[in-house]
Amino acid sequence: MAEILDYFRKERLPSIWCPGCGHGTVTGALIRAIDKLGLDKNNIVMVSGIGCSSRAVGYLDFDTLHTAHGRAIAFATGVKLAKPNLKVIVMTGDGDCAAIGGNHFIHAARRNIDITTIVMNNNIYGMTSGQYSPTTPHGMLGTTAPYGNVEYAFDLCELAKAAGATYVARATSYHVTLLEDLIEKALQNKGFSVVEAMTQCPTYFGRKNKIGGAVELLNWIKDGTINVKAAAALPPEKREGKILIGELHRAERPEFTASYLEMTSKVQRTYNDYKGGNRGCELNSD
Amino acid sequence: MSKGWITACHRRRTMPEIVKLMQGNEACTMGALAAGLDFYAGYPITPSTEIAEMCSEELPKVGGRFIQMEDEIGSIAACIGASLTGKKSMTATSGPGFSLMQESIGYASLCEIPVVIIDVQRMGPSTGMPTSPAQQDLMQARWGTHGDHAVIALAPGNVKECFDLTFKAFVLSEKYRVPVIVLTDEVIGHMREKVIMPDPRTYKIPVRAMPATPAGYKPYEADPDGGVPLMAPFGKGYRWHCTGLFHDEKGAPSGKASVAETLLYRLKRKIEKNEAELVDYFAESMEDCDVAVVSFGSSAMAALSAVRKARAQGLKAGMLRIKTVWPFPDAAVRELTKTAHTIIVPEMNQGQMALEVERVTRCNAKVVKLGKVNGDLFRPEEVFEVLKEAF
Repeated sequence: MAEILDYFRKERLPSIWCPGCGHGTVTGALIRAIDKLGLDKNNIVMVSGIGCSSRAVGYLDFDTLHTAHGRAIAFATGVKLAKPNLKVIVMTGDGDCAAIGGNHFIHAARRNIDITTIVMNNNIYGMTSGQYSPTTPHGMLGTTAPYGNVEYAFDLCELAKAAGATYVARATSYHVTLLEDLIEKALQNKGFSVVEAMTQCPTYFGRKNKIGGAVELLNWIKDGTINVKAAAALPPEKREGKILIGELHRAERPEFTASYLEMTSKVQRTYNDYKGGNRGCELNSD
Repeated sequence: MSKGWITACHRRRTMPEIVKLMQGNEACTMGALAAGLDFYAGYPITPSTEIAEMCSEELPKVGGRFIQMEDEIGSIAACIGASLTGKKSMTATSGPGFSLMQESIGYASLCEIPVVIIDVQRMGPSTGMPTSPAQQDLMQARWGTHGDHAVIALAPGNVKECFDLTFKAFVLSEKYRVPVIVLTDEVIGHMREKVIMPDPRTYKIPVRAMPATPAGYKPYEADPDGGVPLMAPFGKGYRWHCTGLFHDEKGAPSGKASVAETLLYRLKRKIEKNEAELVDYFAESMEDCDVAVVSFGSSAMAALSAVRKARAQGLKAGMLRIKTVWPFPDAAVRELTKTAHTIIVPEMNQGQMALEVERVTRCNAKVVKLGKVNGDLFRPEEVFEVLKEAF
């Protein structure tokens, strides 16, 4: 295995992340999965939006695209459709992906475009210092939910599955080996893949909700989750209120860019035949 | 027939010129395809939809890509993403969609990513009158996105110019690494005119300047006085960082005042410095005019008619039709005041271009705002009446 740091722009470190933040753990898991699969650095494009998690791409030594808030998947769609041979990975957060970028998220899933999306869900807007997000649990506190969150949270994995994603999994910054394993599988899926990585924000979420620091938050995450395989063997009352982790959904469905290229080749053949010449000379498949 | 022309264009083959009756939206699409359009992402909106429809049909034939995104925000984002891989990208929209695209137009401006946006203007604000013409997005094209930024906007005045200026939009966008906006309107977009399409081989397809090697590549290294950095396509081993944060020449985010100042100054200068190349207008009977008419787009068609009628009656009227609306052709407009005591500005808004004319002429001529905002287009006699009274 290559040195993990070889995948980083070392001169840009240290990161802006707070002490105890879980985003580095998730980034590390992603890098190890990439390394394990032996993916070519030059063939990877990392795309992110705005927020703490989206800052990850700036530290990574790939072609990296730090876009506008909520738009990572839309930019990534352009990259992938323009050059389907590139491995396109989106790093996003709960606010970026599920609130402002929710529309792009569900439509990318519907298209089943070959993009691997890692959602770092820390249940809070960290960059703007602690407002409630679409994944803040009901009743919990944020700077804009001083009396407890009145709203209810999205289950991002259920959302992705319902919208048509062909690989959906969840792990946490506590279950790092599982996370790495799931990301590895997600990267191998030819289609829209979502890995939700539950992660801790001690600075805002932990402090505001009086859960404690990074360690207490990691334990809080651990206690709130249960592996999908273990859950299957338990009676419903023991699964009550627990968040499932592990591989949650897998499906076979045509991938968007492959289908698009198939259509263009067919059109080109028909059109060139009709025009009576130069058949297939311009098949531009990259 | 035009389809054979597109294929010939794509394959750089020679073929005899063709004569075709086409609408402005079609001509915009042809211009884009002639310039080597690879990628189109858009969202349906009247009165621009024909452009998307035609791209969806033509691009697959030449190995290009078309995608109908979930909204205009996603459309411009996908275009920028595609452009980063080295593809020539375009989207088309109208007022409400153009508003939605503004944030990412700013992104393309700061990150210096070539992209062409066609705005077929309709009556606003809001949903307004979707099938009626307007020229109300002139200022939005310039200042729609937040922050000081560089932009180029071109306004065709007839169907053939839809072709020419969309083609030119790609040339400028690739050369200066800026978003270029083509501002047409419902009249120009849907009007049909005879267009003579020349031999496709006579067009020089714009090619993006790229670095030679990844070794030592700095994505934003350029002459601080308006230089344009070389743009490496994603996926070719350059491994660079593109961010909407202020960034230094290596592409690294920076909060330093000096870095921000240097970058914004260079972005401003790269347009300012090249104004001579960018400025484009049509002028008639300007040399000795007492009253000048300054206009753009479809309003200028009626205006030109009025000017010619005035000349026929011995009135010294002149016409300046602006094709490059941003950057605004200050010098050409200022020149008018040497002879003209009055400048009439017919436009389908409440005086957006007139504001620019006033700024440039600095009280050296009387500026008459001739705004029209009822969804109706100008008739030559309306302009002529005002023109006659100005003498």
